[in-house]
Amino acid sequence: MLNDLTVRMEAIVKKLRGEGKLSEENIKESLREIRRALLEADVNFKIVKSFINNVQNKAIGSEVLKSLTPGQQLVKVVHNELISLMGDKLLSLNLPHNRINKIMLVGLQGSGKTTFCAKLANFYRKKGNKPVLTACDVHRPAAVDQLKTLGKQLDLPVIHHPSNKVSKIATESIQYAEKNLNDLIIFDTAGRMHIDQEMMQEVLLLKEQVKPDYILFVADAMSGQDAVNVAHEFNIQLEFDGVVLTKLDGDARGGAALSIKAVTNKPVIFAGIGEKINDIEEFHPDRMASRILGMGDILSLIEKAEASVDEEQALKISKRLKKNLFTLNDFYDQLQQLKKMGPLDQIIKMMPGMESKMLKNVDISGNETNEIEAIISSMTYNEKEKPEIINGSRRKRIASGSGTSIQSVNKVLKQYDHMKSMIKKMNKGMKPGKMKFMGK
Amino acid sequence: MKRIIDGLKSKLAKTKNGFVAKIAETIKLRTKIDQDLLDDIEDILLEADIGVDVCSFIIEKLSDKIRLNRIQDPSRVMILLKEIIDNILDSDHDELFNAEIYSPYVMFFVGVNGVGKTTTIGKLAHQYVQQGKKVMMIAADTFRAAAIEQLSIWSQRSGAIIQKHQSGADPSAVIFDGLTSAINKKIDIVMIDTAGRLHNKVNLMNELAKMKRTIKKVIPSAPHKSILVIDSSTGQNAIIQAKIFDSITDIDCIALTKLDGTAKGGIVIGIKHELGIPVELIGLGEKIEDLQYFNSTDYIEALFE
Repeated sequence: MLNDLTVRMEAIVKKLRGEGKLSEENIKESLREIRRALLEADVNFKIVKSFINNVQNKAIGSEVLKSLTPGQQLVKVVHNELISLMGDKLLSLNLPHNRINKIMLVGLQGSGKTTFCAKLANFYRKKGNKPVLTACDVHRPAAVDQLKTLGKQLDLPVIHHPSNKVSKIATESIQYAEKNLNDLIIFDTAGRMHIDQEMMQEVLLLKEQVKPDYILFVADAMSGQDAVNVAHEFNIQLEFDGVVLTKLDGDARGGAALSIKAVTNKPVIFAGIGEKINDIEEFHPDRMASRILGMGDILSLIEKAEASVDEEQALKISKRLKKNLFTLNDFYDQLQQLKKMGPLDQIIKMMPGMESKMLKNVDISGNETNEIEAIISSMTYNEKEKPEIINGSRRKRIASGSGTSIQSVNKVLKQYDHMKSMIKKMNKGMKPGKMKFMGK
Repeated sequence: MKRIIDGLKSKLAKTKNGFVAKIAETIKLRTKIDQDLLDDIEDILLEADIGVDVCSFIIEKLSDKIRLNRIQDPSRVMILLKEIIDNILDSDHDELFNAEIYSPYVMFFVGVNGVGKTTTIGKLAHQYVQQGKKVMMIAADTFRAAAIEQLSIWSQRSGAIIQKHQSGADPSAVIFDGLTSAINKKIDIVMIDTAGRLHNKVNLMNELAKMKRTIKKVIPSAPHKSILVIDSSTGQNAIIQAKIFDSITDIDCIALTKLDGTAKGGIVIGIKHELGIPVELIGLGEKIEDLQYFNSTDYIEALFE
């Protein structure tokens, strides 16, 4: 799905090439694609509407920068607009050590509150806070057990009470924190529907009782159009301070983040990015903007390419690639160019039409490039042009010349082989013109 | 069968801004059928998470029907719209959860995190136990903290027996033991609870594939029902979820949960349209009786009231 979009967008970008100004006429189709992209990302349709209008107003008449095609220019306008909507700053909570800070997590069922409690506690413990977890979810079966288990893993105290009275549990946790000099209490609450008056009343009472410094609304990144209603209702009733977006390690594009921000004007502060305790991140609005657009990768590729690729070089390489001429020399050149752009595997993933499963056997991380460079540099010109002549004794020489091992040399040769066969596959599967982004 | 539609209606009635009410409103406001009306209807469909592609499909169909039948009266649009959506959702699924043919009848519950797999199992087990069936739950979610405890509580509430190992155990091993014991104990219905997993995690999906192989090893005809549980507040991502889970475990049907909120779960229309996977169960709350069988006509009827 994501790939479809990048391909479609690319086609439009191509179509718009060579026009000096953005006009209502020439961006019409692009805007339709962008509308679609936003809707597919689950941005609320009303927000999409006003967003598209905004972009149209901003884009029309704007001069196209020299380095960009009009299509790319439009994408840039959209991207900037998205970032400004999301809030362009990274926000964090202020939790001084000289008081008991209280954070309360609220949200729908299954949004990931309990797991996030543990992550948050761990996050702030690393920053020097001394947290206590408080199990106020007395409704879901075994929710207390879940928090207890997580607390045990982290070796953090978890306050609960057999009476299952929320107010009692809250009181005890505050007493515990006072006695044990904890400076942070995190309250886990039961998941609830925003229209369930009884349950909303319960959490409202908890709020009045403990007077939290921060209420965080936990939302699932996979949420659809209804996210606006839920967030709005929670915000009206509880006035939360910020948003946590969970399950961002999935492939949902997370348009709900934008919707929630737009409807509540509360910033997204944290992102949950996995099931492990450490899988928590401070939220980067700009990255999210790219993700929602579904072509963020292309965007950063455009940026990176602009910044680093020597056009002539790239053209040369792309010509050779098309002819399936790909030697270790090219591999090396590629590496040099790509090194400026970032880890190779990520670059490849950015290329339209490439799928991550094609990359299964190619493992080239940023750290490894240095070793690869050393190894290839230790080869003779002939070896680089005809890698098949590299036999056992040559391998030994290369290994000692580069200060690595024969295994490492073998690994590089293997990677090169994979790369080569991948390019062959790619050339087979690609219609002419699809390599544009690589060798434009 | 209980009056599904009554329960559904009363639950859905909680929302003032139901999508059908809006369509009715829109139609009332317009005296003739024009592009504006169709655009408005599209907006309303989009708001129910029906998705861009299916929306275009529905609107196209609707325009065709309007043109072919030379319809001028906006009030008839509603009937046509209902028909179109009903055609998408309708399926002649096999007699639901017919547990008579296979013994034990094995149900395999899968889905992403936090959609309500365990709760759905608890509620469904209750119904079967009420019908006098011998039900076993298998706690194959050995990963999430306290997932086994959660299922245990549901087994007590429903009166189903439970097969469990330690937290962290190999889920396939739990399944193997559970199914073997289910055969010995002459259990009628087995429900396998699995850990929530995001469909883009290759390792976890491989683990799921292994569980399925294990099931087949013990009972070659099983699983007799692979159920993908989907949260009705999920947006467009549900389509990819369905696609990938289907490729691993051949999903037979969907259980659409949390319909007691304001989300409508319109994405299931997209899933049915694109992948042909029908909804068969709907969850309407956290109480043990809040589970009903899905019926497309009733569902749409309730939506369109």
